[in-house]
Amino acid sequence: MLDTKQNIGDFTAPQALDPWKGIKRIAREEYFTSGHRTCQGCESAQVMRLLAKAAGPRTIVLGSTGCMYVANTSYYCTPWALPWMHTQLGSSGSAAVGTAAGLQALMRKGKMTKEPINVIGVCGDGGGADMGLSAISAAMLHSEYNLLIMMYDNESYANTDIQTSGSSPYGSHTSFSPPGKAHRIMNKHWKKNTAAMIAAGHPECKYVATVVSTNPLDTLNAVRRALSIGGPTFIHSLDPCPKGWDYDPRYSHEIGELAVATGIWPLYEIEDRKIKLYGETKRIAEGKLKRKPVEDYLMRQGRFAHFNKDDIAYVQAKVDAMWQSWVIPGVLPFAAADGAAGTK
Amino acid sequence: MSIAEVARPAAAPVPVAKRGETEALVSGSEAVAHALRLADVDVITAYPIRPYDTVMQYVSKLIADGEFDCDFIVAESEHSQFEVAKHASAVGARAFCGSSGVGWLYAFEAIAVTAGLRLPLVAMVGNRALDDPGAFGTEHNDALAVRDLGWLLCWVDTAQEALDTTLIAYRVAEDHRVFLPCAINCDGAFLTHSQAIVKLPSKQLVDSFLPRYDRGDKRLHPDNPVTIAPQVNEDWLMEMRRQNDLAARHSRDVLIEAYADFNAKFGRGGEPFIERYMMDDAEVALVGMGTLAMPVRVAVRNLRKQGKKVGFVRIRWFRPFPSPELQEALAGVKAVGVIDRDYAFGSPLMGGVLATDVRSALYPAKNRPKVVSFIAGLGGREISTDNVMDMANTLLDAAGGGKVEEQDSYWYGVRE
Repeated sequence: MLDTKQNIGDFTAPQALDPWKGIKRIAREEYFTSGHRTCQGCESAQVMRLLAKAAGPRTIVLGSTGCMYVANTSYYCTPWALPWMHTQLGSSGSAAVGTAAGLQALMRKGKMTKEPINVIGVCGDGGGADMGLSAISAAMLHSEYNLLIMMYDNESYANTDIQTSGSSPYGSHTSFSPPGKAHRIMNKHWKKNTAAMIAAGHPECKYVATVVSTNPLDTLNAVRRALSIGGPTFIHSLDPCPKGWDYDPRYSHEIGELAVATGIWPLYEIEDRKIKLYGETKRIAEGKLKRKPVEDYLMRQGRFAHFNKDDIAYVQAKVDAMWQSWVIPGVLPFAAADGAAGTK
Repeated sequence: MSIAEVARPAAAPVPVAKRGETEALVSGSEAVAHALRLADVDVITAYPIRPYDTVMQYVSKLIADGEFDCDFIVAESEHSQFEVAKHASAVGARAFCGSSGVGWLYAFEAIAVTAGLRLPLVAMVGNRALDDPGAFGTEHNDALAVRDLGWLLCWVDTAQEALDTTLIAYRVAEDHRVFLPCAINCDGAFLTHSQAIVKLPSKQLVDSFLPRYDRGDKRLHPDNPVTIAPQVNEDWLMEMRRQNDLAARHSRDVLIEAYADFNAKFGRGGEPFIERYMMDDAEVALVGMGTLAMPVRVAVRNLRKQGKKVGFVRIRWFRPFPSPELQEALAGVKAVGVIDRDYAFGSPLMGGVLATDVRSALYPAKNRPKVVSFIAGLGGREISTDNVMDMANTLLDAAGGGKVEEQDSYWYGVRE
């Protein structure tokens, strides 16, 4: 049985995918099944499963190069029960636009049965925050198409050997930023703020969310909301990665929880230009929950094992600043200068 | 290789009045835009670079005026432009894009995978010199860079041929025996921006020649939940490469069929792979691609007036390469001069790309002629009739037993 309410005839409208209120309401059907070859404890594979389940059967998925291609989607044992096509590393945005444009043109011209079909472009942080940023930015301008870009962020080029990406956190040990005798910290940049950048820079993008698969219900409903609201939408998922982050696979969910609890990974939805914090992030912002020290998160992972007290203090100070001095805590890092024209 | 019979045109002109054709003064780029309208293309992607992008200016105007219904997407780079078109093609939409010079190379990754995926995208290349240093003029190295990947590559000479070949390109590329992308090469400025009277066929006539694009069981759609291009590694890649090889071979037969049908329905079109000019009794022959045909034909006529038996073969399809046709057409001549509007630095005999392939194609021929490489017209520099007459005289000397350099190339029009 289809779990989608289809607007047959009005193919330009998005599908109406109501939120699932409670885990007992989640559809039982799986569209991402056995056959993938990802690592034990891989949270990105879990995100793919949730993504496919939330979207339902009338969906096309375009997967750019990365873990969810190379390790996940192999010839003769594909895990995808949805139509799936590979796209190049920097092309998740272009693939989604091309697919949506092709469908819309064919339906408008009477060459294909009219129906709303979900189009989802999937990319990792290398494919999204780095190489594919330009194409995703272009995709976010296409208000005439309904498409979702899902960026699964495991904070490195995890498929190719854990190399530094624009999403790798400060100081993390990757195969391109190994701590050495002369330089303890090789990766000196602070992680790119991708979701907020997409939201701030693309006024036609009606929905941007950050998720962590530790909260499956929120992740499922973010996908369903993005697909229902229509136009170009974007979800950024933080995916703990046992191989790249160097911890026992059994702790993937726990580390995802700590990312939120320490305030390093704020959970929010931006819908129609209004931001809404959710989950533990909301309670932290409301003062109902105290942020845990970042040390609790960092020291659980081998990629930060070389950190000394100064390094931990540096990260703590940066995270504190995210919460104390950013105009929207954890989201928007700039405010009007005092006395600037047009500001309060 | 299964070498098909050498195809000669079936000339049976159909009266113009019966075909509902109109005539218009249009440039090569505008002629291609009309072909796209007539082919009812579904998705077109654009990005600006001179000189190809004039086709996109005409396309956007046709759409704005309500004469053409397609999704027209202005991408943010050539890479995205080609990727968007590629994915539209995968869901069954007839797609078009194009580029020039370094823009084509910016899209190289997408261009490579489009052939690997067997997607019948049609593109126009407005041939342009590769930067650096910057130059707008024509050179063929942009499109030639993809010659080994499975793209079908043709070079056209006139606006009429540009229009006709675009229609033929869709028919051949979308044939299930082929399913390969095709690039129509138009020399920058000389063809993209030069106007000529062109016959614009009726939609009805085009429909009788060009069936709808049917992606069949490879269409990406929820009713057909296939996984396209998963990771295969060494387990399967070689079998897939072999399938692409077979597709490229099949394109020969499909091209022959398409030209026969085009000639029958449109009353024009000519021979599929090459154009022969005054070749029947030629002792020496010039060979080239694209708009250099004009000064070459003039030079050949001038030489004929002097009693010199010179002919010209214009190569229309570079991939698949017309080896059987060249072996047959050039079998009787004593010397062949290949004029390349490209370069191949450090190549086997320091000649152009085309000269290298022509020499290779003629190697197994009986009585193979001497093959001489001429490099001319780079960066859009004019190839004069004097240049061509000098080339032909060099060949005639060689045919008469004179010495000619076969192990190097002759560069024409270089200031020393």
